[in-house]
Amino acid sequence: MGRKVLVLGEVRDGSLRNVSFEAVAAAKTVAEGGEVVGVILGESVSALGAELIQSGADRVVVVESDKLAQYTTDGYSQALMAVINEEDPEGLVLGHTALGKDLAPKIASKLNSGLISDSTAVEEAGGNLVFTRPIYSGKAFEKKIVTDGLVFATVRPNNIAPLEKDESRSGDVSTLSVDIKDLRTVIKEVVRKATEGVDLSEAKVVVAGGRGVKSEEGFEPLKELANVLGGAVGASRGACDAEYCDYSLQIGQTGKVVTPDLYIACGISGAIQHLAGMSNSKVIVAINKDPEANIFKVADYGIVGDLFEVVPMLTEEFKKLKVHS
Amino acid sequence: MNIYVLMKRTFDTEEKIAISGGKINEEGAEFIINPYDEYAIEEAIQVRDANGGEVTVISVGNEEAEKQLRTALAMGADKAVLINTEDDLEEGDQYTTAKIIGEYLKDKEVDLILAGNVAIDGGSGQVGPRVADALDIPYVTTITNLEINGTNVTVTRDVEGDSEVIETSLPLLVTAQQGLNEPRYPSLPGIMKAKKKPLEELELDDLDLDEDDVEAKTKTIEIYLPPQKEAGRVLEGELANQVKELVQLLHSEAKVV
Repeated sequence: MGRKVLVLGEVRDGSLRNVSFEAVAAAKTVAEGGEVVGVILGESVSALGAELIQSGADRVVVVESDKLAQYTTDGYSQALMAVINEEDPEGLVLGHTALGKDLAPKIASKLNSGLISDSTAVEEAGGNLVFTRPIYSGKAFEKKIVTDGLVFATVRPNNIAPLEKDESRSGDVSTLSVDIKDLRTVIKEVVRKATEGVDLSEAKVVVAGGRGVKSEEGFEPLKELANVLGGAVGASRGACDAEYCDYSLQIGQTGKVVTPDLYIACGISGAIQHLAGMSNSKVIVAINKDPEANIFKVADYGIVGDLFEVVPMLTEEFKKLKVHS
Repeated sequence: MNIYVLMKRTFDTEEKIAISGGKINEEGAEFIINPYDEYAIEEAIQVRDANGGEVTVISVGNEEAEKQLRTALAMGADKAVLINTEDDLEEGDQYTTAKIIGEYLKDKEVDLILAGNVAIDGGSGQVGPRVADALDIPYVTTITNLEINGTNVTVTRDVEGDSEVIETSLPLLVTAQQGLNEPRYPSLPGIMKAKKKPLEELELDDLDLDEDDVEAKTKTIEIYLPPQKEAGRVLEGELANQVKELVQLLHSEAKVV
């Protein structure tokens, strides 16, 4: 029994993203004892195959081409479809990242299959593979099953535990040659805006600011705190609307949904639309001058005080902690 | 230019979610145009005003979606199409919706299709790209800028905070990200005009589709609310001591740093 499952190892800046190891763990569950085949697409990426195998894949298929150096919908869908046609899998798992969100629906359309997007858990229950996913931006959850055809899902970063890496694991890394043609979209320029390379949706720590941050400069102490904790900076809609920061940082029902280990909300009142984007974080800290602020209702720990006083003090304390540990 | 917008009617973002009888309780809830689709409608109107042509807004759903379609018309769209599946379908998924829209659009002359990058209720973000693939046209998701020059198109795309500048051409489908524009409110004359604008209502039959052709590939078996989070501890005492205590708690109790 069991089914053969393909899982995409997503490459960013020359390494596999964490979500790929989480996707491998999900693929293992979906495979129910069947073979898990990693797929890596890129320019010169075959060296990454071993790491995907150490994290649980049985073997890896690599497609290399200069046309895959950057992600394009057409290039990646042609490459992935070539692997799918070759392998004929019964399951497919991708990370629910910018790449996965863009690519997965096209593949699902080509295969005439369903797609369970943004899954936060998968388990075998009562003879079914049951996927859990947030709806209404995490205000509710649904459990979904595939009723026809390919078991195809994308998994949300930071939610499914990766398997422990086993450096003694080995497997075949093969190359499939694909003639990639007719790219209908061409990337002319990439402007890096994200903070310090830590991606908001994958960050283990998020320091977020709201209207209470008061200005663009007001985000500086938050950035310092995020840097000390190796985290990313986010914002509420209020802060974005007031143009204190870019919309790409917005967390909420409109904006990004994040589930870090630690979420530090600074000067954020806690409107429902914001809570929808962060309330499933593992630990929430609220810092706000207003003791009645809604954010305290979802926070695990709260400090009533001025963020401009509290945040720099926190940064100093965390620095001390890092030195000691 | 023939411009189409894919629109979904969704719960208002400020609505609390309650469940009754295993379903999301819609009673008394406010419904709105999915906020990302609002950017798509606004952009469509701006593209039409700059290039000429016609904006048609399409929604798949039940007759309740007429209200949101009228709002889109009041904003400035020219025509609306409601594909009413209420009598034909118990439950659909993204495969279903994309198949229906693809079928509707397949023999239309399409230059540009706009959609929201995700609906804030289901949150799967599949329908736009699926429709583009069904029509065999390119797509660019999560865009924050769109420039059209003849059939050449330059798009800025948000990629997890970074931006990509992409060149492509019409026909094209794009999905809107926040920051693309500032959607207008319908004006009073706009609302009056909207009442007279065409709103076509179709059923699966009109598209030569059977229930079986669009049968969902996935099924929801349970909907539930996340466990209510209990309010935590608000620290007390000297601010400096609170900060020290918080760091200790995060380190030793919560073990997140």
